[in-house]
Amino acid sequence: MKTIKLASVSALSIAAASLASTAQAEDLTLCWAAWDPANALVELSKEFESQSGHNMSFEFIPWPNFADRMLNELNSGGKLCDLLIGDSQWIGGGAENGHYVKLNEFFDKEGISMSDFADATVYAYSTWPKGTPNYYALPAMGDANGWFYRKDWFGRDDIKAAFKAETGRDLAEPKSQKELLEIAQFFQEREIDGKTVYGASIFTERGSEGITMGVTSALYPWGFKYENTPGSYDMEGAVNSPEAVEALEFYKEFYETATPPGYTNSYMGESLDAFKSGQVAMAMNWFAFFPGLYADPNTGGEKIDFFVNPPQNQAGSTLGGQGISVVAYSDKQDAALEYIKWFADPDVQAKWWSLGGYSAHNSVLNDPGFVDSAPFAGDFLEAMGSVQDFWQEPVYAELLLAMQKRLHDYVVADQGTAQEALDKLVADWTEVFEDEGKL
Amino acid sequence: MSSFSVTEPSNRAKWFAGTLVIVYALVTMVPLAWIMLTGFKSPSDAISYPPKVLFEPTLEGYVNLFTTRTRQTPEFLDANPPQTWYEEIVREYDMVIAGPSKFGERFLNSVIIGFGSTFLSIFLGTLSAYAFSRFKIPFADDLLFFILSTRMMPPIAVAIPIFLMYRQLGLSDTHLGMILLYTGVNISLAVWLLKGFIDEIPLEYEEAALIDGYTRFQAFYKVVLPQAATGIASTAIFCLIFAWNEYAFAVLLTSGTAQTAPPFIPTIIGVGGLDWPAVAAGATIFLLPVMIFTILLRKHLLRGITFGAVRK
Amino acid sequence: MSETPAARAAAVTPPSVARKIRGLSDRAIAWIFVGPTIFLLLAINIFPLMWTIRLSFTDFKANRNREVEWIGLRNYQRILTDSDIWLNMQATAHFLFWTIFFQVVIGFTLAYLINKKFKGNDLWTTIIVLPMMLSPAVVGNFWKFLYQPQIGLFNYVIGFFTGKDPSSFEMLGQVNLAPWSIVIVDTWMWTPFVMLICLAGLRSIPDYIYEAAEVDRASKLRQFFTITVPMVLPFLMLAVLFRGIENFKMFDLVVQLTGGGPGSTTELTSINLKREAFEKWRTGYASAYAIILFVTVFGLASIYVKALNKVKER
Repeated sequence: MKTIKLASVSALSIAAASLASTAQAEDLTLCWAAWDPANALVELSKEFESQSGHNMSFEFIPWPNFADRMLNELNSGGKLCDLLIGDSQWIGGGAENGHYVKLNEFFDKEGISMSDFADATVYAYSTWPKGTPNYYALPAMGDANGWFYRKDWFGRDDIKAAFKAETGRDLAEPKSQKELLEIAQFFQEREIDGKTVYGASIFTERGSEGITMGVTSALYPWGFKYENTPGSYDMEGAVNSPEAVEALEFYKEFYETATPPGYTNSYMGESLDAFKSGQVAMAMNWFAFFPGLYADPNTGGEKIDFFVNPPQNQAGSTLGGQGISVVAYSDKQDAALEYIKWFADPDVQAKWWSLGGYSAHNSVLNDPGFVDSAPFAGDFLEAMGSVQDFWQEPVYAELLLAMQKRLHDYVVADQGTAQEALDKLVADWTEVFEDEGKL
Repeated sequence: MSSFSVTEPSNRAKWFAGTLVIVYALVTMVPLAWIMLTGFKSPSDAISYPPKVLFEPTLEGYVNLFTTRTRQTPEFLDANPPQTWYEEIVREYDMVIAGPSKFGERFLNSVIIGFGSTFLSIFLGTLSAYAFSRFKIPFADDLLFFILSTRMMPPIAVAIPIFLMYRQLGLSDTHLGMILLYTGVNISLAVWLLKGFIDEIPLEYEEAALIDGYTRFQAFYKVVLPQAATGIASTAIFCLIFAWNEYAFAVLLTSGTAQTAPPFIPTIIGVGGLDWPAVAAGATIFLLPVMIFTILLRKHLLRGITFGAVRK
Repeated sequence: MSETPAARAAAVTPPSVARKIRGLSDRAIAWIFVGPTIFLLLAINIFPLMWTIRLSFTDFKANRNREVEWIGLRNYQRILTDSDIWLNMQATAHFLFWTIFFQVVIGFTLAYLINKKFKGNDLWTTIIVLPMMLSPAVVGNFWKFLYQPQIGLFNYVIGFFTGKDPSSFEMLGQVNLAPWSIVIVDTWMWTPFVMLICLAGLRSIPDYIYEAAEVDRASKLRQFFTITVPMVLPFLMLAVLFRGIENFKMFDLVVQLTGGGPGSTTELTSINLKREAFEKWRTGYASAYAIILFVTVFGLASIYVKALNKVKER
């Protein structure tokens, strides 16, 4: 009896599968940033291709150009992408300008529940207006800015002794931002194995979002807020608060005293290069890269370990990560939704994590074995517990460009003071919100 | 010219001048040579410090340029031994080839858009140049200056309305859109250069043909065109090189389907970190044709770069 | 240099020949031949220019669907009173001045040396010319690699000759060096351009002028300043015009090298314009900006061409 039942179920599923494939085989294009997890997604999607009969192609754009290119594509009403794994800050524009398809109805119909995904990720990647149950994306890739370091150097007796002698503390993963700086300064221009090494590589990139993502990793632990009252656009005294000024001065000191020369315009790629070529003891980067770093033949494995962005006045990490959306200009929305349905499946999500993607699905994250499944898995959970994101307003790009300019002018080009930089930023942002009619 | 001529430099002056010029030429070649060398380095050799001049050459950069790779689980790797030499290279990093990269497509886009716009520019340009050269056209000089002045506009300035226009017409990120755009930019060069070449063809040939009973069209087609062939060919190469190298419009108006190589190559990225050997490999493949064309063109180079204003 | 051969050719065409055409009149053929070109230029250049002018009086944003308002000259007023934009103009002026200066000095020297007609000068000229034909975006991107203080070649070469520590300076990252880093690459690329034009100028000087000077016992130095320089000057000025217009528009090379940084030290106007237009999507504002730039380059070029014609008349 049981076998018959099984047989009929499988017959049914075969029928369903063939029905799906005869319905129409589409060529779907998925757009995302070009980085490690994207390649893992290609591998993962092969399963979708064989199940659905649809054909997947991919358009991966490097981070420095990603926002630029994709927002240009959306604003030109382009049909390049059917599916877009867009950055968290785009959700406001994607929703308000009608670039993304609203997914509520589809979720209800297919029984996809947002409560199956980690709250922080649903809030950050899916909702607009923020926190309301209006969904424009499914959390695809959880991410935050974290740190990694040369475990082999940290474990060497001569280095440990030198650190103790210099600082009076034991060399270990830092517990605060100031400890982090102290360790970085200790390694700065130190001779290790006949080579001069440096403290840490941090984000200083000017063109896209790099330096903002780096500086906010200091701002949030100091208690930075965008507005005095959320939703009021009342920024005076919040954005340029004494804590914010202190945090920005801290970042500049870090840049000047503890980073390798030449890293004046560096973001993800440069940070990885610095670490992999053995130039730095520590580096900041997105969790997304950690599986690749751990697997690196030269500086991975036993030589590397990871830690969460250290707290200062409070815990705080800069949010990365993306949700997956269906582009409103696509002619193949049904097939695109099929992909999202497949991707939301707990088994697929588990495989996604095993291939190097950061699933945001609770069934993966709450699995008892999760924390031990990778050396950075526990850190990831901890980081996601205290993440903050940049503005997600439709005008986020203008806000970001203003911040990029003010921060780079102060930190790298050494113009003015931290107070002046943040005062100017408040003025820039006020102007943007006035132009938008929100102030 | 006799060897005693006062304008003939002395042997010492020649030797001195020759040495300086050769030194300059060699120095100027170093960056280009470095691009080509880097294409044959392994990623770790490429970012080693101090930079390596001697290294073990590898085709890794070229393999990475043409493929996308992904990390795989040890079980999968053990179960699927590599089949080809390029898979073996990738396996050293515990990765498998997931498929071809976009480089081939982007390179092909460059070819399609480059040749398409060149053909159109030359076609329209030859007709206009002939008309300007042979007919009395009212305000000819003003029109010619107008044609030239379109070249003065910063591309970004024109790009704003073109972006809006193309969005309306559905020409964004299409081959046709880019071909029309590059033709619009190239045509001023084509008209000016070709007019110079056609001006040089003696009128008598056409007169003779017309007297023999040819129509204007026949005279143009059977007499002028063959005479202008060299000029047309070198103008075509100049148009092609421009379209080949163009970046600003390409980066603003294309995102995938019709994207050309110049905006693509700087964005080649490895698996974690910038993949300089792959970038260098892509740059080498992209720059070589232009180098070859330049050498072929050397006699007409001056004319091409000055819109025919300076001729030797 | 170029006269108006069109007029000349038309004038020379004998009426008897003109009458020979069967079917279409010359005038009709002329318009059929020129028409498509003019149409294309109108569509791709003039129509967009008009549209840009129109947009420049609005607060239109191409990424938003909202009511567009006419705001008169406010965009222009905002741009011309923005101190940050004046800094960008200064960066552009610095870039223009020094690239042209170095290209003229080195380009002229090279042309002068090549004109000594040593053996193999053709071959070496061709080699020197290569950089200018290459894609600025691709080459600029690679120069970024060469400029890396730790892993790039440039600092090591400088270090080798000066004894400086290669990691002690950052061409692209230091406020005092970055403006020079872009000047160096542009000079590397475009010196051959000035060289080729100067070479044409040098070769256009007939030998008999020097022979006459020699008979008058003029010194070589005197010959250089009274014959060579004045005869080459119109060519050189033409080269400067071309480089000036090109570098005023400079975008690809510098975007790839510095992206405008550090801070805004190398943010040339076209880079800034691109940010306003295609990253902030302030379309109306950026249109006004574009018009200001276009008027500037057109105005400067017209004044310059007048000066050039004066020199030629002498």
